[in-house]
Amino acid sequence: MVELIAQHPLLAALVALVGLGAPFGALLGFAAVRFRTEGNPIVDQINAVLPQTQCGQCGYPGCRPYAEAIANGEAINKCPPGGEAGIQALADLLDVEAPPLDAEHGEEKVKSVAFIREDECIGCTKCIQACPVDAILGAAKQMHTVIVSECTGCDLCVEPCPVDCIDMIPLAAGLQAWHWRLPEPASRNLDIIATDSEPAERAA
Amino acid sequence: MRRVYGFHGGIHPAENKHQSLRSRIRSAGIPPQLTLPLSQHIGAPSRPLVQVGERVRKGQMIAEASGYVSVPLHAPSSGTVAAIEDRPVPHPSGLSAPCIVIDCDGRDEWIEHRGVADFRDCEATELLELIRNAGIAGMGGAGFPAAVKLAGKPGASIRTLIINGTECEPYITADDILMQERATEILEGIAILRHILRPEDVLLGVEDNKPAAIAALETAAAGTGVEVVTFPTKYPSGGEKQLIETLTGKQVPSGGLPADIGIVCQNVGTAVAISDAILRGRPLLSRITTVTGEAVAGPQNFEVLLGTPMEYLLDLAGFQPGRCERLVMGGPMMGFTLASTRVPVVKTSNCLLAPSVSELPAPPPAQSCIRCGLCAQACPASLLPQQLFWFAQGKEFDKLEQHNLFDCIECGACSWVCPSHIPLVQYYRASKAEILQLRRDHERAEQARLRFEARQTRIAREEEEREAKRAARKQAAEKRAQLAAAGGGEDPIQAAIERAKAKKAAQQAGGEPASPASGAAPLETLRQKLAKSEQRLAQGLEAGEDAKIITALEASVARLRGKLAAAEAETAGATESETR
Repeated sequence: MVELIAQHPLLAALVALVGLGAPFGALLGFAAVRFRTEGNPIVDQINAVLPQTQCGQCGYPGCRPYAEAIANGEAINKCPPGGEAGIQALADLLDVEAPPLDAEHGEEKVKSVAFIREDECIGCTKCIQACPVDAILGAAKQMHTVIVSECTGCDLCVEPCPVDCIDMIPLAAGLQAWHWRLPEPASRNLDIIATDSEPAERAA
Repeated sequence: MRRVYGFHGGIHPAENKHQSLRSRIRSAGIPPQLTLPLSQHIGAPSRPLVQVGERVRKGQMIAEASGYVSVPLHAPSSGTVAAIEDRPVPHPSGLSAPCIVIDCDGRDEWIEHRGVADFRDCEATELLELIRNAGIAGMGGAGFPAAVKLAGKPGASIRTLIINGTECEPYITADDILMQERATEILEGIAILRHILRPEDVLLGVEDNKPAAIAALETAAAGTGVEVVTFPTKYPSGGEKQLIETLTGKQVPSGGLPADIGIVCQNVGTAVAISDAILRGRPLLSRITTVTGEAVAGPQNFEVLLGTPMEYLLDLAGFQPGRCERLVMGGPMMGFTLASTRVPVVKTSNCLLAPSVSELPAPPPAQSCIRCGLCAQACPASLLPQQLFWFAQGKEFDKLEQHNLFDCIECGACSWVCPSHIPLVQYYRASKAEILQLRRDHERAEQARLRFEARQTRIAREEEEREAKRAARKQAAEKRAQLAAAGGGEDPIQAAIERAKAKKAAQQAGGEPASPASGAAPLETLRQKLAKSEQRLAQGLEAGEDAKIITALEASVARLRGKLAAAEAETAGATESETR
């Protein structure tokens, strides 16, 4: 045996490598079939970061289609409801640079909810069909109303209304919504030590 | 002598308590107007029960609890409801919130009220209901509804009841003076709490900087089984978790409640409020508030009606606005600056601090963190404040949570020791609020996603159903067309009709061998019509159409046949007469 290997070193090496490669390859192949993941898991992760307003401002019919598009290389700065924070979260998730929000798709607005002026509503059901989260209650020729707790503020019901009786009302900025803000990082702007200030400031 | 444990960290700021302890509790009297915020406690705001213009009497419930974690509100004096509207409230934001405003008539007329004859005859649930209806929220400063805390988790047994008379924050002496002057009422309250909770031990924790209070309590507690425990003064030993560790050596688990380790903590002020409510039927209408600081001439403790404007109280204490730059509700460590002096005293206002500028100067500008670690040594919750500060700046919320940000009690010890004067607590408060906001947003997004997906599947299902119906209709039509094309030779009905037709044709052929040209035209059209009707009938039967349609078709076929027969007979007659 040793002699045989010594006589044919090239062949022995080849046999050894193939002998190792074949079972490992088979093992990997089996694992690939056995533990196959259904769908693209990154899409779910992206979808969890998106604000789920389903507003379509990104140009896709909902948040999940946009998440799929991002997974396929679409830009991450097309979601105005998510805002800068959302872009930052996506950038962290995908490990890319966070670009500024694409102004083409709208700008970050104050969170608001739809409100139907009920005495003007004619009961056409057009807004109900437009609402992506079924947050509008009503029936044909009956008054409609918005379930405030379910409304995502996506604006999609405003356009179809034939009598313009839907307003977007910013969410109340009362005592319940108030919270402490981070302190201003003040030390930079104060000349505690003269040499700390920016060169431009010193020149001035 | 009981063994006293300690807790990690803590600081020793100047106490400044003696200034306000020189006189006894003074009643602040009845101000001309009372402003009662609907949310003076943690939980849902209470719901007004009165209308504007309505006359209310002292002790009357003017707003009811609007949920489990909520308490009602009572009129602190008699008068008329002047308004129910948004007014500035004591809150760090300086914002307004819904309040009930009462114009007092000065007569201080009570509604009928009566305490229970003997609380020992009452069930615990009954007493809890009375405590809840008396509007009692924790008097220590947080304002958590007392009844909710006492009811606890079902099944959790309470072994130790701790009464908190620590009052560790500088300047505040409201609990101190209460313990000195109303020790018997505190003990009455404790007796009721013992009846509700049935603990094995009752500990009354007081810091050793209150000798007068300790003496009064020990006299009152003699022979009751309540143990007055004194321990060295250190800030913040009055924090619930810190006090528990000091007295029992047990730590409340991170994210847990004292009830998880069989302990319930109540403030001495709450004990007095409970004894008032149960024994005297008097809901929570007033509280002891310390008014102190160098900017008031006579610092002292007031028994003040809830809703009394701060400016009214300050005037009584001899406030000198010129010397005071900012007015603080609470102590110098955990209090917050009030936006105006118009705000009212609420259930949680234990102190009103009017410091002079030199006494409580504005903090110097923050400098960079030098990682000295003093804050970690001072932190009573054993956290890493400098690390939390770092993450808070970078908004790394998951790391903040991993470093137990939510165990921070916001005591301010870290900021106090910080040589760079970094307002650390503000970073933590902001980060906590932001994390909670994010959690809420995420919950909402998740709900929106579920609703969106449910809608998508519903739309897809409806579309599928429509598609299936359309396909079924199409199939039926195709089959019909096929049958029509094939002539229906094998179809029994069609065959029968064919046979009938053939028979008729044979009859006709036999009956009128040579039809005249004149009579042939209408006869021919009638025959065609009949053939068409019969075909339609056959198709109808084939497609299984409605019984009504079938009968209508049959009727038309029969009618046409009749007509045809009549026409044939006529033609035959005409032919006969011609041949004759």
